[in-house]
Amino acid sequence: MPVWEVFRRERPGQPFEHAGSFPAPDATFAEVYARDLYARRNESQALWIVPRDAVVEIEDFPEETDRSYRRVDGYSLKVRLREARERAGSLPG
Amino acid sequence: MSEQARSRADLLLPIADDELIVGWRNSEWTGIAPFLEEDVAFSSIAQNEIGHARVLYELVAEELGTDPDALAFDRAPAESRCAPLVQLQLVPDWGRTIARHYLYETADAVRLEALKASGDAAVAGLAAKIDREEGYHRMHAEMWVDRLAESDEGRERLEAAVDELWPYAVAMLEPELRPALAERIGRDLPSDKLLRVLERGVALPELEELYDEMTMVRRLAPAGRW
Repeated sequence: MPVWEVFRRERPGQPFEHAGSFPAPDATFAEVYARDLYARRNESQALWIVPRDAVVEIEDFPEETDRSYRRVDGYSLKVRLREARERAGSLPG
Repeated sequence: MSEQARSRADLLLPIADDELIVGWRNSEWTGIAPFLEEDVAFSSIAQNEIGHARVLYELVAEELGTDPDALAFDRAPAESRCAPLVQLQLVPDWGRTIARHYLYETADAVRLEALKASGDAAVAGLAAKIDREEGYHRMHAEMWVDRLAESDEGRERLEAAVDELWPYAVAMLEPELRPALAERIGRDLPSDKLLRVLERGVALPELEELYDEMTMVRRLAPAGRW
């Protein structure tokens, strides 16, 4: 039986988030079951039901050379700030 | 008892009794439906039907000065107004269960359509509310009919079950609503002679068994509060 992936939105304007998956013979069954499994208690404002086959999945992200210099996460300001405060003798609390 | 109360009870008690008993019968599949997701879906439909029975009993109870539990559980099987169609115990035959589900939901749709046009605003409003949930039940029933009809074995068993249960489904409705059901299902109306033994008010032996089970706790603790 094909597997269906369900994405749910809790409130209008929010992004859809992956909710889970279940098997169902076709799209009609999938719709009926998704209503019961993910929206029966008004926990979802909208659902996306996607056959798993339709999902393009990538999970290999090779990074053969060290490219950490390209990252923009910088350095920890917290440590620098603390050192500066120690030097100035103005540590809080 | 006012004239309107009597007519509301006459009008709604048979429907409430049908919903209660079909809900109970459908719930007999909980835990043993063909697969897990269907188990959840069919149990949820069963719960909806019992919920519909509750709101209908409430409306009748208000008028009769009693309470919904008393109407649901304190009347003997012989006093139940439910149709023989919902009394049948069909576990473990999924084909017959889907045949009943399909026939019941279609007949219920015809009945709700008529109730929505009622001059009694409370009745018409409630029918419209119930019908919004029933739309989903019909979708569920029809998808299963289509699914079972895809294989030779499924189609044969389903057709045999619909043949068997068709007179029961017709007998469930008031005579003036029967042609609309025949049109929706695409079958001819059975003979009056055949329908007579299936009319509302006939209590099959399996209804007795169901009542024993359904009212067991209430009879053990008649004044119990939950």
